[in-house]
This record gives sequence, structure tokens and C-alpha cells, in this order.
Amino acid sequence: MTTVAEAPTTTASAGGHRRKQQLTDRDKQERRLGLRLVAPAVIVMLAVTVYPICYSIWLSIQRYNLRFPDDRKYVWFSNYGRILSSAHFWQVMSNTFIIVVISVVIELILGMALALFMHRATFGRNVVRTAILLPYGIITVVSAFAFQFAVSPSIGGFWHLTSPPLNNHSTSLFVIILTEVWKTTPFMSLLLLAGLATVPNDYVEAAKVDGANAWQRLIRVIVPNMRAAILVAVLFRTLDAVRIFDTVFIQTRGANNTATLSQLGYNQLISQLNLGLGSAVSVLLFLIVIFVAVVFVKGFKTDLGQVRGER
Amino acid sequence: MATITAGSTARPAARRAPIPKDRKKIQPMWVVGSIIIVLYAIIPILWILSLSFKSQTTITDGAIIPKHFSWVNYSTIFKTGVFVRPLINSIGIAIISTVIAVLLATLAAYAIARLNFPGKKLVLSAALGIAMFPPISIVGPLFNMWRSLGLYDTWPGLIIPYMTFSLPMAIWILSAFFRQIPWELEQAAAVDGATAFQAFRKVIVPLAAPGVFTSAILVFFFAWNDFVFAITLTSTDRSRPVTAALNFFTGSSQFSQPTGAIAAAAIVVTIPIIIMVLIFQRRIVAGLTSGAVKG
Repeated sequence: MTTVAEAPTTTASAGGHRRKQQLTDRDKQERRLGLRLVAPAVIVMLAVTVYPICYSIWLSIQRYNLRFPDDRKYVWFSNYGRILSSAHFWQVMSNTFIIVVISVVIELILGMALALFMHRATFGRNVVRTAILLPYGIITVVSAFAFQFAVSPSIGGFWHLTSPPLNNHSTSLFVIILTEVWKTTPFMSLLLLAGLATVPNDYVEAAKVDGANAWQRLIRVIVPNMRAAILVAVLFRTLDAVRIFDTVFIQTRGANNTATLSQLGYNQLISQLNLGLGSAVSVLLFLIVIFVAVVFVKGFKTDLGQVRGER
Repeated sequence: MATITAGSTARPAARRAPIPKDRKKIQPMWVVGSIIIVLYAIIPILWILSLSFKSQTTITDGAIIPKHFSWVNYSTIFKTGVFVRPLINSIGIAIISTVIAVLLATLAAYAIARLNFPGKKLVLSAALGIAMFPPISIVGPLFNMWRSLGLYDTWPGLIIPYMTFSLPMAIWILSAFFRQIPWELEQAAAVDGATAFQAFRKVIVPLAAPGVFTSAILVFFFAWNDFVFAITLTSTDRSRPVTAALNFFTGSSQFSQPTGAIAAAAIVVTIPIIIMVLIFQRRIVAGLTSGAVKG
């Protein structure tokens, strides 16, 4: 990369002082145009995310409830102290953790199977691709209602359920995970399918010749060669699952201790109008998302770097 | 690595014959697999469709296929107004967000793909960061800010966050797409006597249109699907989109469940998605994977 960039610089300086000056002028113009074209998008993105998150941090160090607007004062980290020392928060953390880990693991396995199917299928490739876009495209709220109705003993009578699953902690989490898996596995499988396409067919064929069976080819040849795609898919889905809100809101609204971090933030901010405590929850969620992203990127830096270098 | 490639390029010639035989044998497996996957994808949708055709008396009969098809839920939601106004809100907000987001993203992506300027990498990284941002983290401040700015419970109050959160995706897709356009064609057209505008309109626009269109579909899906902002930044039918409005449905009487009405409304808002998926399947797949693979 650096050697390529150096070549024009040397020719420019060899061409003499005047030519170099001209080039810089044109460069300047190009820079200005580039920045101007990018500016609107960047300003909008920063104004609607960076400013509010700073505002959120500022709110999180105050005692501030919209129902008692006069009782507003700086309390520094006591909101965080209250949250981190409450059992309810740790219940919420554990719910979120369970949903993220179980759903992402299932999605990875199912998504890989789906991707392999679409990659190898000699029949129905297009039909399958179109079909799996339906769960991806459908509104999350709608899929949440579909599964909620299906497990309701009165509406989904065909299961002959004796007690409603959404009235119990663990079965509620099960239904939430099931809904998430149904809805988001297709997205995972499409990312994995794109990764599969980058695995050189020669490697797979060579392994076949050397007598590797299908499972060995998958684990020893295909998976290691598409590590970056797997990482990207898992990272995207993990961060998406950490902020899960729609399904939980529709199916349980956090009843029976099934709240997730986003649901807890909503309850504090919008239901209780407690901007101080709610913002502290929001900031914690934000920090968790950053933490997960950093762990992924740092932990697998070599993998991602390798793939980048190869390209 | 070189040896493997050399070895295997020699191989296929010898092995080409048996492969089709294998495939013929495997055929039933692919058929069964396809059917299972298609059923996986459509059963929950068919289930909602079935519910939407059940009347108040049969909704709890547990039948998978309704015994009597009834349009009562559809006529209810279109007559009572609990659905029509939110539907208009959803359509309007999603379309306006899509147009603005794609416009801004096109400008930014053009600059990223074609121009040399400092901070290019930074823009792409910032976009990626924002794509991973948890919306609930800024809902509190937006709620407070929108109330003081008069944006709470208005269309712009939702359009602004929607375009913000879909811009990163649109910028990534479009810049990946624009990098592949053979821009020299523009000069070639100019050499052939076309004006700059003609070259742009007749050569570049047709080449860029599919990418712009793909990102528009995905931005529309995002805005159409959103629930977090819909439920937190609206309070009345003035601006409440369908996703939020479904939570405020009531049955035809105070004591009846709104299940049938919710199912009918769900089907109505799913139809545009199904149509777009059927028509634009290839583009959606390309758009979803382009950013991830090339990033």
C-alpha cells in the first residue's frame, strides 16, 4: 500500500516545483468538495447520536424525575450505585445475557446450515433465498405477536397447553429466544453465505482428494477460511441481541422478571419518567455495547487483519 | 498454497464426470430441504393470516385453518380509524426518511468512493459505530429534547432518528457499490461529444441506480420495522406508526380481545414487505452482504 502511494509523490517532485503546486491546488479543491459532500450525513449522524449520548451522561448524574421536576439536583454517581446494587438490575443483566448467548449460538449453527444449503443446493436456491428474506423483512412487532398468539392457550389451542408459557420466567425467555431465532437466523445465514463464497473451492476439493469427509472439510477447511465472515456475523448479531427490545415489549413487557436492558431503560425513562435513573441504565447499556465491540475487535484483531491483508 | 492450487487445477478434469451423478442422487434431499426451509419461513406468516380471517367467536377455537372465512377484522380496522391514520403515518414517515437518508448517503458515498479527502476512513468507522449504537440509549434525551423543540409526537420527530440510524447502512452499501462503477465511461461519453450533464444522466445514473435503489429498500425496511422510537417519541395518532399503534388496539367491544384486529393489521403491513422481497430478492441479498464482506 505504502509503496504504491509513494510512486506518484516522487514523480510529482521530479516534475518540478510549479507542477507540485498545481496538484496541491487541485487536491485542495477535491478535499473541499469531498468534505462538503460528506458533511450533511456526518452532521446528522453526530447530532442525533453523539450529542444525545452526552446529554444522557449528564442526565444520569442527576436526580431528575419529570413527575417531580422541582426536585432536581446533581447526585453524581448515586444513580449508578443504586442500579448496580439492585438485585433487579442483575436479574435484567442475566436475562439479557441468556437471550444473547443462547440465541446467537443457535442462530450461528442454524445459519451455517442454511448458508451451506444455499451454497450447495442444486435445487430451489432462489426459492429458498426468497423465502428466508420474509422473516428478515417482516416487522419484529408482527413476529412477536405471531409467536405470542401461537403460545397463548386460548388462541393457539392446537398445542393443548395447560398453562400459558408467557406467565412463567423461563418459558417466557424460551418463547422470546424462539421468536428472535426465527426472525434473525436468515440475516445471519446471508452474511455466512457471502463468507462461504470467498472460500476457495480448490481448498475444499484438495481436502476431498486427501480423503477428508464432509464434516472434516467443514471444520478444518471451510470454517477457518471464512473466520472473518463468521466474526462479522456473530458481532453484528450479538450487538443487535444486546439491545433487544421489541419482542420483549410485545410478549411480556418485562413481566415475571423477563425484562432486558432496553426494556428496563424504557420502563425508567418513559413509564416512570425518571430521566436520571433511566439515563444511567442507558449509559450502562451503551458501555456494555462498546465493551462487547472492543472485546470482539481486539480479541480477533489478528483474524480480521489477516483477511484484510489477503484482499 | 501454490502447490495446492496447481494440484487441484489438474484434478477437476479427472473428477468432473462423477460429480453430476452425485448430484442426481442427492436431488431428493435438496427438495426436502427446500420445502422445510420455505415452511420455516412462511408458517408464522400463514398463522397470522389464518387468525386474521377468524371472527370474534372462532378466534379461540384453536383451528389452524379457519372454519369460516370472515373479513370482519379487515373491515373493523379500516372502519374504526385506529389503524388508518397510523398506516398513513407509517407510509409517510418511512418514505420521507428513505428519500432523505438515501440522498445524503449518495452524496457521502460518492465522495468516499471517488474523491480523495482526509477523514474518509473516519467517516466509515463512525458510520459503523453508529450502526451498532443502542437506540434506547438516546431515547431519554430525544424524548426531552423533542418536547422542548416541539418535535415530540410529530413526523419529523421520527424521521430524524430513522434517517440517522439508516444512514450508516446506506453509506456502506452505496460506497461499496460506487467503487465498482467504471467512472472512465463518463470521460468516454464526453469524448464522444456528450455534455457533462448528459454524460452524468445517460451513463452514470443508470449505472448507479441499482445501488441507490437497493439501499432505499433496506432503509425503508428499517423505518417500516422500527418500534423503539415509534413507542417512545409519539403519544397520539397524529404521528404514531402502525408498529406502536398495534399496542393500543382494542376489540370491537370493551371485553373482546383485539387479536383478530391485530392479525389483520399485521397482514396489511406485511404485504408491502412480501411484495418487495418477491420482486427485489437479488438486490436485497446483495445489499445486505455487500457492506459486511467488503468492509
